[in-house]
Amino acid sequence: MADTGDLGWWGVAIAVAGGAIRVSTPYLFVSLGETLTEKSGRVNLGLEGILVMGAMTGYAIAVITGEPWLGVLAAGCAGAGLALIHALICNLPRVNDIAVGISLFIFGTGLAFFLGKAFINPSAPRLPHLELGWWSSSPQVQVALQINVLFLLGVALAFFLAWALKNTRWGLILRTVGDSTEAANALGYNVNLVRTLGTVAGGFLSGVGGSFLSLYFPGTWNEGLSSGQGLMAIALVIFARWNPLYCFYVSLLFGGATALGPALQTVGITSNYYLYGAAPYFLTLALLIYSSSKKTSLEGAPGEVSINR
Amino acid sequence: MSSNPFKPSRRDILKSSANVLAAGALMSVLPDLANANGNVTVGFIYVGPRQDFGWNQAHWDAAKKVAAIDGIKVVEQENVPETAEVEKVMESMIELDGAKVIFGTSFGYWKHILKMAEKYPDVLFTHIGAIWKEGDPKNVIGYRGYTEEPHYLCGMAAARMSKTGKLGFIGSKPLYFIYNNCNAFVLGAKSVNPDITCNVVITGEWNNPVKEAETTNSLIDQGCDVIVANVDSPKVSIETCERRGVFSCGYHSDLSSLAPKGFLTGAEWNWASGVEFVKAFTEGKPYPNLKRGGFREDMVALSPFGEAVPEEVRKEVLAAKQGFIDDTLQIYTGPLKDNEGNVVLKEGEVKANSDVPFKLGVKFWVDGIIG
Amino acid sequence: MLRSSLYELLEAVVLTTAAFALTLILFGAFVAYFGHNPLDVYYVLYLGSFARSISIENTLTQAAPLMLTALCTAIPARAGLLVIGGEGALVVGGIATVLVGVHLAGFPFALGILIMMLAGALAGGLWIGAAGALRQYRGVNETISTLLLNYIAIAILNHLISGPIRDYDQVLRTASWSIPETLMVGVLPGFDVHWGLVVGIVLCQLLYVAMRQTTFGFGVDILGGNERAAQLAGLPINRMVLICCFIGGAAAGLAGTMEVVAVHGFASDSLVVGFGYAGILIAFLARHNPMAIILVAILLGGISASGGLLQRRFDLPDATTAVLQGILFMMVLASNTAYGRLNFLRPKGI
Repeated sequence: MADTGDLGWWGVAIAVAGGAIRVSTPYLFVSLGETLTEKSGRVNLGLEGILVMGAMTGYAIAVITGEPWLGVLAAGCAGAGLALIHALICNLPRVNDIAVGISLFIFGTGLAFFLGKAFINPSAPRLPHLELGWWSSSPQVQVALQINVLFLLGVALAFFLAWALKNTRWGLILRTVGDSTEAANALGYNVNLVRTLGTVAGGFLSGVGGSFLSLYFPGTWNEGLSSGQGLMAIALVIFARWNPLYCFYVSLLFGGATALGPALQTVGITSNYYLYGAAPYFLTLALLIYSSSKKTSLEGAPGEVSINR
Repeated sequence: MSSNPFKPSRRDILKSSANVLAAGALMSVLPDLANANGNVTVGFIYVGPRQDFGWNQAHWDAAKKVAAIDGIKVVEQENVPETAEVEKVMESMIELDGAKVIFGTSFGYWKHILKMAEKYPDVLFTHIGAIWKEGDPKNVIGYRGYTEEPHYLCGMAAARMSKTGKLGFIGSKPLYFIYNNCNAFVLGAKSVNPDITCNVVITGEWNNPVKEAETTNSLIDQGCDVIVANVDSPKVSIETCERRGVFSCGYHSDLSSLAPKGFLTGAEWNWASGVEFVKAFTEGKPYPNLKRGGFREDMVALSPFGEAVPEEVRKEVLAAKQGFIDDTLQIYTGPLKDNEGNVVLKEGEVKANSDVPFKLGVKFWVDGIIG
Repeated sequence: MLRSSLYELLEAVVLTTAAFALTLILFGAFVAYFGHNPLDVYYVLYLGSFARSISIENTLTQAAPLMLTALCTAIPARAGLLVIGGEGALVVGGIATVLVGVHLAGFPFALGILIMMLAGALAGGLWIGAAGALRQYRGVNETISTLLLNYIAIAILNHLISGPIRDYDQVLRTASWSIPETLMVGVLPGFDVHWGLVVGIVLCQLLYVAMRQTTFGFGVDILGGNERAAQLAGLPINRMVLICCFIGGAAAGLAGTMEVVAVHGFASDSLVVGFGYAGILIAFLARHNPMAIILVAILLGGISASGGLLQRRFDLPDATTAVLQGILFMMVLASNTAYGRLNFLRPKGI
């Protein structure tokens, strides 16, 4: 059983740090996915539905096979599949990608709830984590530093994408297609194909983000599992200026702010908990207002994305 | 009914998915079943999914008991919000399915039930808040168990098992029964260890797994080593406790399977009174408009003890349970202070467990609660 | 002119019918896969949504708030904004209604209702208007700000009803004080649907006319089509954006007012049931046309209304209706691609 420990305010700091890592991972994956999609010139507002579908699929496959990593893979594939629907419909001319995204949001959550009824009760095996807190004698620190491999993968992916978007041919093609359809056509790129791939890759990552929710933290499946993480992540992409590295920072910030409310309550600061609970949203809005200005248009914004016109 | 009652084992899941996948094997339900072959139709309305391992599932268990009565057909609808929609759902059940009894299993349905009860005087409505009062329609039953009694017993087991002397309580909303459950949990704990403390966190939501898991982690980081969660579905909190190697207590239904090592015991509802109501109604016998009770009335239950609980603790807890049954043990007994130092009950003052007006007004935490 | 508008109508009918037919096939295959006869399912869908008067009442009750929240996305969208803040605007509208309403004991019925409607509309209007102002004067993306404002509004609501304006006599839930019983409007005479439906239909029609026949409406359409063109035409862009946001927010705020004065009598978390998010979808399906919003909202209401019957008759999960909605809306959206391409329908000379 846990060691006696009266950490007080240190406990809050540790809880927030640990919470930042635990809570941020789904935001990280979904926002990286949406960055890819938007860099290709489309918005997929359906990532919330994809996230939920990923969470359900991952959990279900893990329950059935007993192998959580298979669940993660299945979640990614389910996400990619749903995203493919989005991509194919949006490949048709004059179809509004935002509206299709919202339909997919409803379809994805509906399908996940429909198929997921049977999996609310059973317990799935959980994804393993790495013990990075071995150097500390404090059990709290050790737990806060139990880092899931998916988080590390997400971080690595953020750095990789930041580099790849700038420095590789693929990154250049993606950005060109996202910035100007005409330029991409003139250069002979298959715009629809690139956007389809961008959307499907985004869906895969979002599905994986969903599986983190159901297979690691909080590590369960029920219909209230996602409280809008997929939708929020899309907002974070704009906040992060379509930069994968910023996506990582913003997700961490958002995760930490989410963990703040519960941590404060455990040390006896119990009034106004609804307002603490909304701290991430207040904080994001304040930072957004502070960092925006009328003069500079959104740097890094793909020109073809309808969300920032 | 095509889906079968569900047991959480892998083979059953495979089997039931196979059943579902065997398209065409299931009988198609004929659309007009209203009052077919003289059956009485009973409608259950849930606010969430009925397999939630928690509040709704406790009602679903009761629905299955009602459905087992001869000549009763149960129809169910899930995820019905507490808006004008629930009135329409009730009407639809009455008019299209021929329902004669409606079980409304969420607090916020109350006003809507009163309205529908006046519109349909021949239909029996039940509500789980037990706040029916003289003047309300006679075709409404309010019923509810005293879950503070099993929480008291959980508290006793928790205090015996805790090494740190710190307990944790996670509440959903600041409502009277959350206060009562938490107070009883702590008073039970203090009955065996007067020095015990309990950290309380209100999440503010009936169901938010991320917040519940984060709160559980925070409580454990603060040194709490027995945690009980009063949320719609305590599954996440219990599983998190199990992973972190601390004890947990259950709520709503039997959750012992979720934490083979750390589960102590739990507070359960017994909503099976619904069976009596339906029987009385169909046989034309009188039924109460208000039914409340604890162990004595068999309206609450204690979950089976987990492996971790030694024999002497079990005996002690069961003795206290007998005290509730015999009405010799009362939860709120003086002298009692709240956690701000105000005197709630003076020396010798006792509030009976059945003193509902007192309990409805409770909005204090007893001494020993941090929060 | 007449021939071309007839052609447009015919085109819309043909394409929408095709989208529906495709949906029926896809969804039919879906339920058949799970062992149900699609024809039985469709009969029950019809039974639960439109076949009986109580079914129609059910459908319209569900549709009523959605018309208003859809306007919250549709009107700003006409000016080129993507506002997804209907949920939050509805909530602040509901809060304002209660804050004002509790002081109106003894007021004449019509005056009291009018004041509360103004309060709700004003609160919602300012809420989304603020997002519009942040966009125009500070460059803050309105999609994010309105999404964040949803969560903030819900937090404020929960904070208020669990403390500052809490009615402790409501023991079973955290809820605000109630408005006077005499100022509850309830349902329409002889038809069990609350007055929010009338407010929704009237407002949709008013805005339809306003957006089509006023200079302001023309200006907004120019702005929504191309901001540069609006600039060149010397239109007051900032003001127009603010007004559109205000109108949209006011509509959603009114939805909150109607939930309070016609359904609950108080503010509680029952205001947060997804009306705002459903409204976004309706706005896009109606292509931000207020008149079409009425029809789409009724369609969505019908699907939700019959969902209960699907659960009860076939033991299908409640999420079945979400699957149906998702398929239907994707098909309808996909059908947009064929507009203007049905040459066999086209009369000569257009």
